[in-house]
Amino acid sequence: MTMNSTGRPTAPTPVPAQPLAETVSGSRGLLQHEPLIFETDRWTGTGVDLPEPKGAPSRLGGLSRKQDAALPGLSEPETVRHYVRLSQRNYAIDLGFFPLGSCTMKHNPRLNERLARLPGFADIHPMQPQATVQGALELIDELATWLKTLTGMPAVAMSPKAGAHGELCGMLAIRKALEARGELASRRRVLVPASAHGTNPATAIQCGFEVDEIKANARGRVDMAELREKLAKADDIAGIMLTNPNTCGLFETDIREIADLIHGAGGYFYCDGANFNAIVGRVRPGDLGIDAMHINLHKTFSTPHGGGGPGSGPTVLSQALAPHAPVPFIVCDEDGTFQLIEEDRREAQDSFGRMVAFHGQMGMFVRALAYMLSHGADGLKQAAEDAVLNANYVQSRLKSVMTPAFDTYCMHEALFSDAFVGEGIETIDIAKALIDEGYHPMTMYFPLVVPGAMLIEPTETESRAELDRFCDALEAIAQRAAASDQSLKAAPRLAPLKRLDETRAARRPVLKWTPPAAEAAVAAE
Amino acid sequence: MSTKYTKDHEWITLDGDTATVGITAYAAEALGDVVFVELPESGKAFKQGDDMAVVESVKAASDVYAPVSGEITEVNDALTDAPETVNEAPEAGGWFCKIKLADLAELDTLMDAAAYAAHCAAEG
Amino acid sequence: MRYLPLSPQDRAAMLAQIGAPSVDAFYDDVPDAARLDGPIRGLPNHQGELAVERRLSALAARNRTASDGPFFVGCGAYKHQVPATVDHIIQRSEFLTTYTPYQPEIAQGTMQTLFEFQTQVAELTAMDVANASMYDGSTACAEAALMACRVTKRRRVVLSGGVHPHYAAATHTLCAAQGIEVVILPPLVDGEDELIEALDDETACVIGQSPNVFGTVTDLSEISAAAHGKGALMVSVFTEAVSLGLVPPPGEMGADIAVGEGQSIGNPLNFGGPYVGLFACTQKLMRQMPGRLAGETVDADGKRGFVLTLSTREQHIRRDKATSNICTNSGLCALAFTAHMTLLGGVGLKRLAQLNHEAACALADALEGVDGVEILTPRFFNEFAFRTPINAEAALAMLGERGILGGVRASRLLPGGDMADVIIAAATECTTQEDIAAYADALAEVV
Repeated sequence: MTMNSTGRPTAPTPVPAQPLAETVSGSRGLLQHEPLIFETDRWTGTGVDLPEPKGAPSRLGGLSRKQDAALPGLSEPETVRHYVRLSQRNYAIDLGFFPLGSCTMKHNPRLNERLARLPGFADIHPMQPQATVQGALELIDELATWLKTLTGMPAVAMSPKAGAHGELCGMLAIRKALEARGELASRRRVLVPASAHGTNPATAIQCGFEVDEIKANARGRVDMAELREKLAKADDIAGIMLTNPNTCGLFETDIREIADLIHGAGGYFYCDGANFNAIVGRVRPGDLGIDAMHINLHKTFSTPHGGGGPGSGPTVLSQALAPHAPVPFIVCDEDGTFQLIEEDRREAQDSFGRMVAFHGQMGMFVRALAYMLSHGADGLKQAAEDAVLNANYVQSRLKSVMTPAFDTYCMHEALFSDAFVGEGIETIDIAKALIDEGYHPMTMYFPLVVPGAMLIEPTETESRAELDRFCDALEAIAQRAAASDQSLKAAPRLAPLKRLDETRAARRPVLKWTPPAAEAAVAAE
Repeated sequence: MSTKYTKDHEWITLDGDTATVGITAYAAEALGDVVFVELPESGKAFKQGDDMAVVESVKAASDVYAPVSGEITEVNDALTDAPETVNEAPEAGGWFCKIKLADLAELDTLMDAAAYAAHCAAEG
Repeated sequence: MRYLPLSPQDRAAMLAQIGAPSVDAFYDDVPDAARLDGPIRGLPNHQGELAVERRLSALAARNRTASDGPFFVGCGAYKHQVPATVDHIIQRSEFLTTYTPYQPEIAQGTMQTLFEFQTQVAELTAMDVANASMYDGSTACAEAALMACRVTKRRRVVLSGGVHPHYAAATHTLCAAQGIEVVILPPLVDGEDELIEALDDETACVIGQSPNVFGTVTDLSEISAAAHGKGALMVSVFTEAVSLGLVPPPGEMGADIAVGEGQSIGNPLNFGGPYVGLFACTQKLMRQMPGRLAGETVDADGKRGFVLTLSTREQHIRRDKATSNICTNSGLCALAFTAHMTLLGGVGLKRLAQLNHEAACALADALEGVDGVEILTPRFFNEFAFRTPINAEAALAMLGERGILGGVRASRLLPGGDMADVIIAAATECTTQEDIAAYADALAEVV
């Protein structure tokens, strides 16, 4: 026979088990080490080819920056690598299941990205003459029509920049309405359930109101007895801020009665619309008696969250609040011309004014309208139902190993408490263990009304197979947690970093990079 | 005199007409790692029960109330750079401020060590 | 429907697992009177990509873009060239489709870029610390006013007549809601110094802008000194971040808080949003800042990492005592800013600023050659106000007919004043000599 034994081995060679060694480069295979841009030597470089200035006479009147900004400039390939490498340290909905309760992390269609980048939307200026941006104004008007139809509300303010900004919009409209009634001075109190998002009480205070907390009852809803007691003979009620479906993932059964009670007490009903995605096409908030509700376009209508924004928070308003909507807003003349009303006089004389420069988050409007047109009336309703079905499926699959916070069907998110967890193990340990299984953790320790809360929101864009894989993993972790498996404390073991020391970060805040020499000088002091 | 305690977990030790105030070991343990203390301004006057300082952990901020009425004569600036002292020695080096008492009788409204221990046991 | 993975068989099997007869069961808590049965009325059903693209493309086609011809519109948003790399980076799935970095172990990409962003903003503004962004410049300005009131425990805020009127309005709205007195001085092309006269012992802060809405560049140092003399804070505003490559930054002028719009670096015009608010302050005021902050720390193995920090200022912890209600900010726009800034570097930014300034100087030179045109802005960066012999709205309309968007009429921002014949025009590195010549020729024709 011919014996040809040249070349490389073609199967792994058996080796004794070894601890994972540190590498010389600091990289770990595909996960490349990446320093801060300030730790390069590119202090005089630039990655942008600009023409040489002509050195023409200045018209700055002799004013100039004394010390040039000391910032590194990287070449294009270095820049691309820097950010692509950093990106690989992020989890994302495009990578996997992201059941972060209350945040609605669903698929972000790429069509919407393409359309938002059309020059006709991305390359137009907010202060161009209105005749040159009629298509943009029509798009905003069309989106407004969808939002009003889906919510059953007569008006919508489009300028709020995010959900919390929308809350501000709604509460400022309420404030203005009270002022118009001459009752602003006496109506100071805003009722907020203990389960509310932190933005609710913060917003009420920003609008100059006082917050009065209402407890949840054993069924995770507003305690009606307490509410009635607070409202009895009260003449200082400005309104209530209530999330529906609420942050426990439950529909507020008594919502119509709550609306009647609040209106009866002379107040207004602000609904936090963060969870509108559960009820689109099944319930119109306008039929529930609300006066204002923001809609997080990045939740219900899937504009990408971008790791912390931009959001967009259009706010629908009732007939009572509509005259107090902020400027600017769009009207359509009889001849089909769209007009932007920018001044708070004439038709906008009762407006509470302007809350932001320009006209809102156009880039998000394009994406949201593309999402709505793609889904259509039928698809939006199906999406809401699938989101609720998926959440109930997760709850059903996990309820034998974890403790559902409430023994009932949920809406779009399933809430568990830490009652099933064994000695020494906490909610955070379960969350971090999910990272090792390749999942983003659920929302933890929120809402505050449930001990060690775990809030799982699967959304409609997850398949049954994906939900099953997730439930299998979480089931196994929950069993370890119930058995007080202390190894959970070491999770995550497989993420780019282990658990981070937040105490250290807060005790000695380092909020920017400083040159080593300066660090040394500070240390010497 | 001996140290007195409030139901909100402040301690107070009188020396002449001025008292040293801080938060109890029980409170420091419950708060977890203290990362920042917002101290009152020297010279400022408080009524018993007023918000006087804020003590922060990573995940919570808690108001500290004036255990007695009076004027702040001194604050423990060392906590600014070393907030961990509140955890390490809450009833010694981790003191917050000194108050010149407006009304010595207010001390009678506070708990002694035994009563406070019982209070904590009931809470916990 | 292409975005929904569940099949009818999946749904049936899942309902069986749950033990529910139909999805209707999940909505049992909805009051009967509010329950919608049947399809949503008044809206069309789902459509394929092609149909959606056609519909929105038709709307887009009805807008005149900034690249369609000579373009001189500014006043708070600026047409700059954004490198292709920037858009590539912000479309990386891992940045685009993630959430606020609540789980730092799997969000170090976002965390590190925010830390770098904060460092860049602090350096650009010459301030000690910066946050991880606000919605935009106007809301950052409003938040700065509130912060100054918290710090000084005073309740009066004074804005110069050079502050962008939308910023002043947003600040007024937010402050007035808390009963804070807001004084907005009359519009003046070169009047930032009027702030000194308006100071009193109750003033929490004075808010000045450089370059201001008329383009005027001002050294705010004396105003800062006067404010500090009265125990007030100085808030320094800018709407054109590129100007910081050339003009005195807030930190060199004694500002306590610097706020501004970051759109010019990395972000397209987008018809007004999304943009990115920049917010920086002195070390002393750090704990009174609104918004998110990235901070350095180590992990359990001692490796460097970054986390959201000083969160006790924020609404999710402090609730009714938070420094602001802000939650979601402008993360991805901040990423665009920081990626563009990383390409530019200090050297590139300075050059870009010089090119902008030279373009505006060339524009001013050309317009000054038109009979009856008077440049009003004494010192400017890339934008200035000028008086035309005819009504500004009419002049801009006639320029528009000639394919030129000649700027913003001052009366649109400042209605009811005496600025009917004033135009505010901006030039950037995108402005060509041909654009400028076309503008001057057309203006000569119409006036």
